Amino acid sequence: MTQNPSAEPLVDVGAGAPREFLAVRDLKVHFPTDDGVVKSVDGLSFTLERGKTLGIVGESGSGKSVTSLSIMGLHRNVGKKLGPRISGEIWLDGQELVSASKDEVRRLRGQKMAMIFQDPLTAMHPFFTVGQQIIEGYRQHHPEAKKQQARSHAIQLLDRVGIPQPDKRVDNYPHEFSGGMRQRAMIAMALANDPSLLIADEPTTALDVTVQAQILDLIRDLQQEFGSSVIIITHDLGVVAELADDILVMYGGKCIEKGSSAELFTRPEHPYTWGLLGSMPRIDRDLQDRLIPVKGSPPSLINLPSGCAFNPRCPYADRTGGRSTAEVPELVEVTPGHLAACHLPAETRQRIFAEEIAPLL
Amino acid sequence: MAGHPRQGAAGQPSAKPTAVLLYIFRRLLNVVVMLLVVATITFGIFFLVPWLQHTDPVLRYVGKNANPVAIAGIKVKLGLDKPIYEQFWLYLKGLVAGRSYSNGPDTTWCPAPCMGISTQTQTPVWGQLTGDFPVTAWLAAGAATIWLVFGVGTGVLSALRKRSVIDRAAMVTALAGVSLPVYFTGLVASALFIYNLGWLPESNPNVSLGSDPGAWLQNMLLPWITLAFLFAATYARLTRATMLDVLGEDYIRTARAKGLGEGTVIGKHAMRATMTPILTVFGMDLGGLLGGAILTENVFNLHGLGYDALNGITKNDLPMIMGVTLFAAFFIVMANLIVDLFYAVVDPRVRLA
Amino acid sequence: MTTRKKALAAVGLVGALALTAACSGSKGSGGSSGGSGGGGGTHAFNAAATSIVNPSTKKGGTLKFWSTQDVDSLDPAIGYYAFVWDLQRLYTRTLVNYPSKPGKAGLDLQPDLAEAMPTITDGGKTYTFKLKSGIKFEDGTPITSKDIKYGIERVFAQDVLPNGPIYLIDDLDQGQKYPGPYKDKDKDKLGLKSVQTPDDSTIVFKLAQANSDFLYHLAMGGGAPVEKSKDDGASYAKHPVSSGPYKVENYVANKGFDMVRNPNWDASTDKLRSALPDKITFTVTSNADDLDSRLLAGSIDIDAGQRGVQTAAQGKILTHPDLKANTVDAPAATIRYISIQTKVAPFDNINCRKAVVYAINGTDQQTARGGQWAGQLATNMLPPSIPGSDKYDPYSLAAGKPDVAKAKAALAACGKPNGFSTTIAARSTSPKDVKQAVAAQAALKTVGINASVFQYDGSQSASTVGAPDFMHSHNIGLNVFGWGSDYPTGSGFLRVLVDGRLILKSGNNNYSEINDPEINGWIDDAAKSTDPAEAAAAYTKINHKVMDQALYFPGVVEQSLNYFNPRLTNVMFSQELGMIDFSALGLSDGK
Repeated sequence: MTQNPSAEPLVDVGAGAPREFLAVRDLKVHFPTDDGVVKSVDGLSFTLERGKTLGIVGESGSGKSVTSLSIMGLHRNVGKKLGPRISGEIWLDGQELVSASKDEVRRLRGQKMAMIFQDPLTAMHPFFTVGQQIIEGYRQHHPEAKKQQARSHAIQLLDRVGIPQPDKRVDNYPHEFSGGMRQRAMIAMALANDPSLLIADEPTTALDVTVQAQILDLIRDLQQEFGSSVIIITHDLGVVAELADDILVMYGGKCIEKGSSAELFTRPEHPYTWGLLGSMPRIDRDLQDRLIPVKGSPPSLINLPSGCAFNPRCPYADRTGGRSTAEVPELVEVTPGHLAACHLPAETRQRIFAEEIAPLL
Repeated sequence: MAGHPRQGAAGQPSAKPTAVLLYIFRRLLNVVVMLLVVATITFGIFFLVPWLQHTDPVLRYVGKNANPVAIAGIKVKLGLDKPIYEQFWLYLKGLVAGRSYSNGPDTTWCPAPCMGISTQTQTPVWGQLTGDFPVTAWLAAGAATIWLVFGVGTGVLSALRKRSVIDRAAMVTALAGVSLPVYFTGLVASALFIYNLGWLPESNPNVSLGSDPGAWLQNMLLPWITLAFLFAATYARLTRATMLDVLGEDYIRTARAKGLGEGTVIGKHAMRATMTPILTVFGMDLGGLLGGAILTENVFNLHGLGYDALNGITKNDLPMIMGVTLFAAFFIVMANLIVDLFYAVVDPRVRLA
Repeated sequence: MTTRKKALAAVGLVGALALTAACSGSKGSGGSSGGSGGGGGTHAFNAAATSIVNPSTKKGGTLKFWSTQDVDSLDPAIGYYAFVWDLQRLYTRTLVNYPSKPGKAGLDLQPDLAEAMPTITDGGKTYTFKLKSGIKFEDGTPITSKDIKYGIERVFAQDVLPNGPIYLIDDLDQGQKYPGPYKDKDKDKLGLKSVQTPDDSTIVFKLAQANSDFLYHLAMGGGAPVEKSKDDGASYAKHPVSSGPYKVENYVANKGFDMVRNPNWDASTDKLRSALPDKITFTVTSNADDLDSRLLAGSIDIDAGQRGVQTAAQGKILTHPDLKANTVDAPAATIRYISIQTKVAPFDNINCRKAVVYAINGTDQQTARGGQWAGQLATNMLPPSIPGSDKYDPYSLAAGKPDVAKAKAALAACGKPNGFSTTIAARSTSPKDVKQAVAAQAALKTVGINASVFQYDGSQSASTVGAPDFMHSHNIGLNVFGWGSDYPTGSGFLRVLVDGRLILKSGNNNYSEINDPEINGWIDDAAKSTDPAEAAAAYTKINHKVMDQALYFPGVVEQSLNYFNPRLTNVMFSQELGMIDFSALGLSDGK
């Protein structure tokens, strides 16, 4: 790891290898379509320290999954006529991934970085046993491993993620598992090579509420045990509330607020974050009270609203003196480590939150 | 079919061996019943319908210039003078145990499975069908090999190079293959390769694999290619569509996320899922073809079951038509069974029950 | 009750596979007369119709027949297709047979197994034949008069050997109800009384009445000798025992067979057959266009079916004079006519019948059959190859166009100046018949006759158009049908169509239901006559009266354009069979 003296790595593109374990700089992922260019991710930057957990939160279409696929190098047809255009930098442990060859990235996949997908039923191959699928991933990066050795490794992993009778279950097919067990198996598969970066894309969305908590607990336990960095991608702030060290809120392909988990929950700066907080299910409140949904629908990524992409849905857009529709707000530091992109003056925001939002949460 | 996701510590995969045997036995019973139904329907069409119309089925045997003596003789010999239910009983009995056709000194023994005596050749239909079956079987086997290799290969290539020149060319060719009838492609191929370019000699219908393998191969080449072209086109389209679907599946992304090489992702994960529906269709197609490829056999003058079928039709040879129908039905029903068993083997979600 | 052209309509299905001129393009256009370098080139188109093309006595080689249709049976008692009769002469001899000569000379029966033409006594009722010496079956057994009698007896076993011609039963049963040799109580199975064999080289036939057609009946396959010890009933067709120059080998149904020289045939006993090729092969194909391609490429010699080349090949042949020279396209003894029912109003009135004959467009009828290459306009009801035929043309049909004025005049004379309604029957299974009916319908419309077309399954003709009651109740006044003669005499062709005593309740062929004492009388005169010329003259009269009575619109005399390999020698058209005479063919290259 080389030293980087730059104090502003988040905006200073092309400044060389960063000191952080994962650093994303000005990532842009654009998909050309017949209707125009879909700017799924448009200038995203963030960093993640080793052993820390980052939550990326946003609606569907906000660009969070596209971001994770970019890190994993899983976009198809990159560089082809109708394939996505990816620019910016993704540094993982001192290696830049956007400009790296396909093969280099492939070798990192499953080994240094692994991913847990949203729906374990469709994400696992129906025709291979759970064991085969774990073993395959393991042996891909440990070609020297004997079959038997790989198999006992798979059984250990299944045991570790809490699957009973793992020596038997290892020979079952995914459809013979329950939903929660499948997700545990999926996690076991991701952990097969002891990855330093684990990306969990909506890991609990497809699961029952009770199972959700178990899975989140498992991820936290494993992170502490393996010391991996974790990115949890979700539309539900509640999922990352207790898990994430930092939270990044995305809207319309851009980061609109990020900061430590504690900051974001106690002093959220962006009206959109307020909406997310308001719509977060909380057990200690009555149903009617707790949901303040964000009105309207996500913006078109081809023709983003001018100015602040959130302005059509923002209840406070009229308080910016027209800047909402005129200029794109910069992501600026409000307090150290806490950044937000909003035209509302900081004091106005804090007043609105304190007076209008906080009482409802 | 696929059960609900089952939970439970035991979690035994698939069915027990005895259950599988029981299933096969039940399905074989099913096959027998199906064939009985087909036999009944063909019998009904050829005998019951004329009987209901008060016309005499014997007229179909003797042609329009028969005299009463000939008609009476044939009636006695074929048992057409007996009541319809007794004829049906004799027909079924013949299928299981054989029967003899007798008219005075002129007796023909027809061993089981007796599908009747061909009115053209005066010999049991079964013997003729089994004699001609190898021709059809070789035609089907050769064509199937070609179309499976080329059809699936083209389909995979097209899917991987979607919208490329290769893809477009392959799909246009495939469209032509699906749309053009065998008697067009077959005749054009003959005219081109035999008479225009002279790459192949004229086929010699008098050679067999045993007598002259080289000439036999030359005989079979165009029929194989023509028939395979028709099917390869279907398979290319099917493979391409299935492959594109599969490539969009989450588990393919998972496979890539594990860091597997593209070869493994396509060759192992994608192909495994793609081939299952294709092999299902393949089984059915092959089963259907084993009953005779009427057009191909006739265009290329191959004396297989399809030729027998057409010949039976043009010559009013009812036992032959019924025999070919039953024979073909047998292969289709068996193909169904084999495909179902195969499915249970390759797709762990399918359980035999 | 026979037309030996019968099941040939089945070729229709195979014809449906026939296709596209796209396939006709073969190597180069010039000089592709088929790389055999035969003796062709000097003869003109259709020369074989009237003369011998490439006369030669060169022996050797393999004559290759292909056919889109298998033989109906190689059993001489059963075979009924014209081409099978043509092939039969290669392995079957009869007491008398036709000589290989072009034109009318080919119709004169000659002694074959018989030493000479028979002695006819007892007012034409007793025929006595002496057999040649030195005649043998293929196994070396001498052929005796008893073998000929046994062969004739087999024809009577219609329960075992159906579907062949049965003229000999009509001639020889004489009330005995002989069941055929298989159910014969006689120990030698020679119980047929009307045929006697006083010694091994003499055979005597006793007829109930004189019949000038009898010799022609004896010349059919049913008159051939069969060895009793080799007869296994229905299975005999698979291995008929030869009495001719070739013997049959390797017969497989629907595939074909070979003929090789019969070492026990003695050429000195046979003046009718030249037996030039060493070997003859017969191959069944299902692909008519492929057959044509091979024919034009010169790799096979002749289409055994002689039903004419497919459209694709026809187009090519007609535009290449060198190919066209190797064809023959002569009229056969088959007429495609429209009969007019005298028992269905208003056709009980002769003028209404005449109106129809005047109104129908002959050229359109010809077109419906396939045009000039498929048939020539008929002006009366005797085909040109039948003795007694002439160019009688009372309705000027040779012009090939309708006479609307005369048709309208006839309608007025009939008392129907504004026309009437009727029905035309046609076999749905014979597409060309249906086209003929539709063409007639259109022509009749122009003079005010409204005809509807009634289609029926051809296999049911006996109970539909063959049943007069059916015709009457369905108001079927017109019937499209075809008729071919089994042997070249006026009675062989015309008698069944116009003999009033042969009107049957079902299976009737006298569709017009004409029962004219004068015609009936002439028919009897001809039968009694022992002079072929006298019989022919009687049928000339019958033919004229049939036309005068307007009982038929004669339509077209059928013919077909057939190509033959230029390496073939002695190619000639047999008027008897209506096709090339196979038994005369040889190979100029000896290969």
